[in-house]
Parts: sequence; C-alpha cells; structure tokens
Amino acid sequence: MSTDDAHDPKFGEYGGQYVPEALMPAIEELTDAYERYVLHNEDGFMDDFRERLADFGGRPTPLQYAEQLSERYDTEVYLKREDLLHGGAHKLNNALGQVLLAKYMGKERIIAETGAGQHGTATAMAAAHLDMPCEIYMGETDIARQRPNVFRMRINGAEVNPVTVGRGTLKEAISETMRDWATTVENTHYVIGSVVGPHPFPKMVRDFQAVISEEAREQAIEKTGGLPDSVVACAGGGSNTMGAFAEFVDDESVALVAVEAGGSSLTVDEEQGVAPNSATLSTGNEGVLHGARTKLLQDSDGQIMESHSVSAGLDYAGVGPELAHLVDEGRVTPVNVDDEVALEAFHRLSQDEGVIPALETAHAFGYLEENHDELGDIVVVNVSGRGDKDLETVIEETSKRDLDIAPDMSILNRVGGGL
Amino acid sequence: MGLERAFADEPAFVPYLAAGDPNYEDSLEYVEALAAGGADVIELGLPFSEPIAEGKTIQDAIVRSLESGMTPGRFFEFVGDLDVDVPLVCMTYYNLIYQYGDEEGPRPFVEKAAEVGIEGFVVPDLPAEEAGPLREACDEFGLDLVFIVAPTTRGDRLERMMEQVSGYVYVQARLGVTGARDDVDDATEASLARLSDWDVPKAVGFGIKTGDHAAEIVAAGADGIIVGSALVDIVAEGEANGDPTEATADRLESLARELKEGALRGAQERPQPERT
Repeated sequence: MSTDDAHDPKFGEYGGQYVPEALMPAIEELTDAYERYVLHNEDGFMDDFRERLADFGGRPTPLQYAEQLSERYDTEVYLKREDLLHGGAHKLNNALGQVLLAKYMGKERIIAETGAGQHGTATAMAAAHLDMPCEIYMGETDIARQRPNVFRMRINGAEVNPVTVGRGTLKEAISETMRDWATTVENTHYVIGSVVGPHPFPKMVRDFQAVISEEAREQAIEKTGGLPDSVVACAGGGSNTMGAFAEFVDDESVALVAVEAGGSSLTVDEEQGVAPNSATLSTGNEGVLHGARTKLLQDSDGQIMESHSVSAGLDYAGVGPELAHLVDEGRVTPVNVDDEVALEAFHRLSQDEGVIPALETAHAFGYLEENHDELGDIVVVNVSGRGDKDLETVIEETSKRDLDIAPDMSILNRVGGGL
Repeated sequence: MGLERAFADEPAFVPYLAAGDPNYEDSLEYVEALAAGGADVIELGLPFSEPIAEGKTIQDAIVRSLESGMTPGRFFEFVGDLDVDVPLVCMTYYNLIYQYGDEEGPRPFVEKAAEVGIEGFVVPDLPAEEAGPLREACDEFGLDLVFIVAPTTRGDRLERMMEQVSGYVYVQARLGVTGARDDVDDATEASLARLSDWDVPKAVGFGIKTGDHAAEIVAAGADGIIVGSALVDIVAEGEANGDPTEATADRLESLARELKEGALRGAQERPQPERT
C-alpha cells in the first residue's frame, strides 16, 4: 500500500484541488478519512475491504498464461483476469472501497458517474451489498450504447439519471455529478470512477486498484521466477492502468505501457472542438478539468474538446494526474491504437483465447498485436473487463467495416432473430 | 484594487450575465440595460465548456454564448465595446485563465483583462489553496480577486480566504449550484455572521430573484446582492419567444431597478444600533 502523504495533493505539477468552494470541506473530510482508514487501517477498514474483495468480489483474480497468443507472438503473454472479478471489470475494486469508506464516514447516500457503465454497475453492486441508496449519472449517448449495464444498475436498485447536455458522454456526466454533490455534500459521497478528480481521489482510487498489480507481481514471480518485461494496460481516465502499474513503478526493469484510444484519427478538428480520439496522454496538453490539473484534450483557448472512441469507457478528454506525471517522467510510455485495430483485437482474443474482452481492454491487445517485438520476453496484459456489455457496439461497428477476422454473423439474419 | 468603492455608500447591486448570450450584439445591450437599471458592479461571465458550479439556467446561457462564437479574445473585445460606467468583474473557470497567451500561467490573461478595463475576477473552481499564482498576477496589475464563501466553509479555510480576498467576498447563500429560488435560505445569516470581522464588503448571491429577497438579505447584514439566474432567465425567455432586443433589455432594466430598490429598502430595515 502507498506510503504517500495523504495531504500532498500533487504529482509534480499535476493534481491539486480545483473545485467549487462548497465541496472543499467534503474534500478535506475525505482526505482525512483516506489517511485514517486507507493508509492507517483505522478500525480495521482495510482488513474489512480486503475480506469483502475476496468474498464478495472474488479476488484474487488469476494471472493466466495465454497459450495461443504466446505462440502467435513468440512471447510469454499473461492475462491479468480482472474480467473475472464480480461485475466483470476491475471497477469493483474502487467502487467497493469507496462505498465502504463512505459507510465508515457515516455518509447516507452514494452518487456516481459512469461512461461505459462498468463503474456505475460496480457502484450499484457495492451500494446494494452495503445497503446504501445510490444514484448514477450517465450521458444519453452512453445509455444508448451501453444498455446492458443500464439494466444491471437498475436491477441492483440504483437510480440512473440521464445527462442530456453536450454530447452526453462521460465528461458531461462527471460535471453533472459534481453539481449534485455541491448540493448534497453534507450527507452524500461521490464515488469517482477513475484516478481523476480533485485530491485525494487520484491517490485513493489508485490505492484501491493497486491490488491488481500487487497480485500480478506476486503471481508473475511465482509463475515465471521473475518480473515481467512489460505491463500493458488500456488508458482512459486511467484506473485500471494505475492499478496495473502501481506496484511495478519502482521496478525499473519493467516497461509500463499505457494504450489509449486513437479513435478514428489523431488529427483534431479545432473549429468544431472535436478530437476524434481519446489519446490524452499522447496528444493532450496541461490544463485544469474536473478538479485537477492534468493533461487534457482542449482547444487553444482552453475549451475542453469532445473526445471519441469506439469504447465508451475510454471516451474522456482528461486523464489521471499521476499518469500524466509518470509520462512526463518517462516512467510510463503512452501509445495508442485506433478503433479498427481495437475491434480486430476484440475478435482475435475472443477466438484465440476464449476471452471476450471489453472494448477498452481490446485496445491493449491491439497494441500487443502490432508491437509485441518491442515488449520483451514476458508480457502481462491487464484484462480490465469483459466484453458482454459491448456486444451491441461490436456487432454494429464490425458490420460497418471489412474485417477479415470477424465471424460471419449472417446466421442471425437467416433464423430471423437477434441478440 | 478598487471594487470596494462600489459598496461604500449604500448596498451594492451586482448582476451577472454571460457575455455573448445569446449573441454578441444583443448581449452588449443587455449588459448596458443592467447598468441603466442601477448596477454597481457587473459580473460578466466568460463561458467555459465545463461549468461545474452552475445550474441549468446559466449552463444554458453558456452554451448559447459559446455557440454564438464567444472566446476569451472576443470577450476582451466585448468589454472594450461596452458603453457602461460601472466596474466590471470577469467570472470564469480557471482553465481559460491558465491557457491564455503564450506564457504558462494566469499572468497574460490578467494583463489583458487589466488592459481592457476589467477590475477583478471570480473563479468558482479556484479555491484559496490553488489561487496563489492568480493572486500574484492580480497584485501585479492592480485587480481584485473575489472568493466565494460557501455555507460549508469553516475554520482554517476561512482564514486562508480572508488573507487572499479583495474587492468583495461572494457569500453563497445556500449549498448547490447557481439558480433562482423562491425563498431566502437560513444559511445566509449564519454565513454573514461568520464573516462579521472581515474588512471587505460581503455580497450575497445564489438564488436571489426579487426585490423582496434583496431587501431581506440586505436587512440581514449583507453589503450587496449578486443576481445571475433570474436575469439570465429573462434573456432566455426573450430568445425563446423571439422578442425584440429592446423589449428584453427593458425587462432586464426593470428587474435590475426592482433589485436595486429592494437592496436600498433592506438597508432602511436594518435593526438600528441602540444609542447609549
């Protein structure tokens, strides 16, 4: 677990607390709770958390040797199977940690935002598990492309509030959740879904997610006798990325590769305020958004751009401040692959290994396909989540393209049915 | 630094409009109507794409303004084109201030603002902890930096803010985001009491809609009132109904007059100190 000072809000120049004054006392209260319960295990909080992660969440998740991919790339490829965590994504680590923390703090209500719906689902599950009322803000565009997760949130008893402003994606959902929090801050905890937002969220979420790399590091040593040469993870806001990297940051022999969404192009349409990608670490520059100074997709005036990715979970114009700092320090290498490469990788992993990855995760495998020669002899890829939620998008996006690897789906039409 | 002068003789009326809402030309007339209606300071919004402290009314105004082409560069032209004799404050979010110009940090923005006649800033997402560089630039160019005190602000945070604030302090009357309401929140008096020993004027905002609200708040001890959403509503209605610019400007001036008169009435209603 981290030994950071709970009261240092910065990672180099990044991070900080840029929020409306009404939220500052809540953020101070949270910082205090983070220090006491998470860093110092007061009242046995971390023991309770770890026990619930094991019994409710299903940890530890396996580090699986991927036989077909290893043969294909002539490299030992290991999959850290966060898709096998309860709920089907790494998001539960953080959601369970924060909802439990809110309970220890005496809060009475949980709110959260969600993009792909995985964080909303994880938060709804954690809130149901811990008997807390829960409301989720989700952009209308994302509701349309992530319907299964909307149902899962509702089934778990959460209210889902559609956000109609802007393009109706994660950026707008975060702003709307902050507005709710500014109104209800005295009894409500906002479960931020990634390593973004004002301090202490980036550190706290990293600490809850660090269990991924803690396990992966031990499992890699056990299975291979040493550390991997590379750890590869997809990066949107960066929670699975920081979770997969955290315990390897001091292992300088291990390359850390953050794979962003290159979308349809890295070229920006400044006039329309649109970046047809979500490659913030690769192409963004420094600014202030949603409570933190970090790298952003923004125009020359500082207006935040609409981002794009085939994967709703990566579709965000910001990124965690610690990741931005680690990239500047040269410790993390930012790369990106486009929508098409990610879709191909989605099909490849499904066919070769029997693992249907989230479209977010597929970006990491797309990078592996194209660059495996540069990643060394032993590679760990974080399977951040499973792809069931993305099937409608995959069918739609695959049908628009001529992908050799895609299966022939015409059987669905022949029998007159659908998914 | 001189915004305090606007509060010197009588309670100040401080209206807000988003510059460029719904378009550049109409907005100039609307801001001028507020001055004609008795504004003592005008807060001019420079729209940011992620206004996390605003409610729906001002969010919508920001979208209209951005869609009509408002940018920081146009904002400075707008200030130059205004024909008003009232101090102007720029209300915006920190990223726009931080990004302006070639040099990193807030200095180029503040320098340009001072050049066109802006006298101060309100930056809702910049708490005192992060405000050092902007405070420094404001000191260099003689501008005020207004901070918002929330109903939840206590203890050390008040101390930090008191050290940095100048011009006036923006007392947030209730929790939440901006938006007109039908009543005055009890939190207002408690907030004013916490600031009683501050030597800057206290202007109360968030939710004020009528002359009676204004009177009540000034009677409770405020040195001024800040009104945004109730005025923005008039702009939005005028735009939605396709009203002539002049008609909307008249309605703005009329509400401005009612609010200013309410504030003056509130000053009369203040409990008089007992003579010994």
